[in-house]
Amino acid sequence: MKRFHCIHLLTALLLLATLTAVGCRKKAANPFPETGKVADWEKSSETRTFDAANLWQYIDGDSEQYIQAGVVNTSTSDYKYKGSLEATVDVYTMTNANGAKTIFDADPQTNAGTAPLGDAAHVFQQSVVFRKGPYLVRIVAFQAAPGASDALIALAHAVDKRL
Amino acid sequence: MQNRREFLMEVAAGAALIGAESKLALGVPTKATGKSRVVVVHDNALRNAAGVPEPARVAAMLDRAMETYFHQKDPVAPWKQLVRPGQVVSLKVNCIAGKGLSTSIPLVLSICERLQQAGIKPGNIIIWDRTNHELESAGYTISTDMNHVRCFGTDSVGYEDAVLTSGQVKTQLSKIVTQSDVIINVPVLKHHGIAGVTMAMKNMYGVIKNPRDQHGNNCNPYVADLNALPELHRKLRFVVGDIFTSIYDRGPGFKPEYTWQHNQLMVGEDRVAIDYLGWQIIEKKRAEKGLKSLENSNSGPHYIATAADPQHKLGTNDPAKIAVEYVS
Repeated sequence: MKRFHCIHLLTALLLLATLTAVGCRKKAANPFPETGKVADWEKSSETRTFDAANLWQYIDGDSEQYIQAGVVNTSTSDYKYKGSLEATVDVYTMTNANGAKTIFDADPQTNAGTAPLGDAAHVFQQSVVFRKGPYLVRIVAFQAAPGASDALIALAHAVDKRL
Repeated sequence: MQNRREFLMEVAAGAALIGAESKLALGVPTKATGKSRVVVVHDNALRNAAGVPEPARVAAMLDRAMETYFHQKDPVAPWKQLVRPGQVVSLKVNCIAGKGLSTSIPLVLSICERLQQAGIKPGNIIIWDRTNHELESAGYTISTDMNHVRCFGTDSVGYEDAVLTSGQVKTQLSKIVTQSDVIINVPVLKHHGIAGVTMAMKNMYGVIKNPRDQHGNNCNPYVADLNALPELHRKLRFVVGDIFTSIYDRGPGFKPEYTWQHNQLMVGEDRVAIDYLGWQIIEKKRAEKGLKSLENSNSGPHYIATAADPQHKLGTNDPAKIAVEYVS
């Protein structure tokens, strides 16, 4: 009988430990806002993810600099603003914040605006790039359009909050 | 601004022949001058108010380029020199950068129209790249309907089982290559972080199963070796290079802050000469922007010289042997 109680106690402890571990583990970030979460933006494609070994399939010759900086994986999804302006959101997850900083700092400082996004941000007419911890986010619009930059910044804020 | 067909420039004097050893598919231009001819068409009014190339102007640029290159006044006649009715003609585009920096759809559709007028059945024309997803992301519509021009990626049909070797390249070709009688190469000029420049020859990385294996040493000699594959070399008939929009740094992906509107089309048979000229365009823009040359950035496109060397003989990278005709 005593042995029976011990087994139950152990099982309960194991269960508690497992539940605690699962509960404490941070859920993997899903940085991509669904349609309707950001005004006038719709998520227009499924999210695709590439690990370091097959990143070349997505960005060809760009991949080398990300690999050297310690990319773990890259996720990408397409968006549309007011049904017409098309954009792509790329989220590069690096091994650590230094990797994201390496890529970010390789971009030009000239002609870049800034915005309160992540740890640092560059804002251009058709693109927004920011880093936050181990994440490097690049949002690119495929057309130049009035208001595009503000719209991209709004989308970037939503991504920022989800990281 | 130059008038249409007004300005003919030969890059330099000199009449050294590419000669009888040339592997150029047609050999039409070299007989008269001993040089590789390349025609460049520029249109300052190419774009509409939104900055998008107007399809009618794109079609007109294509016709001017082809008529000039082939010394014809009928826009269909040049295509009749490139293809014959009954042949399967495929257009290898470049869509890896998505909508912002992929082969212009109006350009490709204009080529398809002229091919049909030259007697090629719609179903015998294939627009293609590596994957359906890349094509769709660039705005192309996938179709396998034999009653229409077809458009699909190699991922729809797969790669040949046969492993081919050329120099240091060991690879398998897309089945679209083997199904094609003629391949028209329709690349985009871009900066490339590893190769330095990507245009005509580098676009062939999209026809093989293992492109990643060919990126060492700035893609040299891999680009040249790949283009020397007899199965590929025999079918590559012509290059229609899209330089409407290009990227001078941080390529080949689309990063609008590094792109510019060049508004040119470059056509010819000699892909080495075309890549050489494309390289000069990228270098000029980099210099304008105060950037180091590709050579000084450890990404000189040395594969271009390799492609011209006595082992490969794919064309010429000697400016003295390239005759460029600029047409407005």
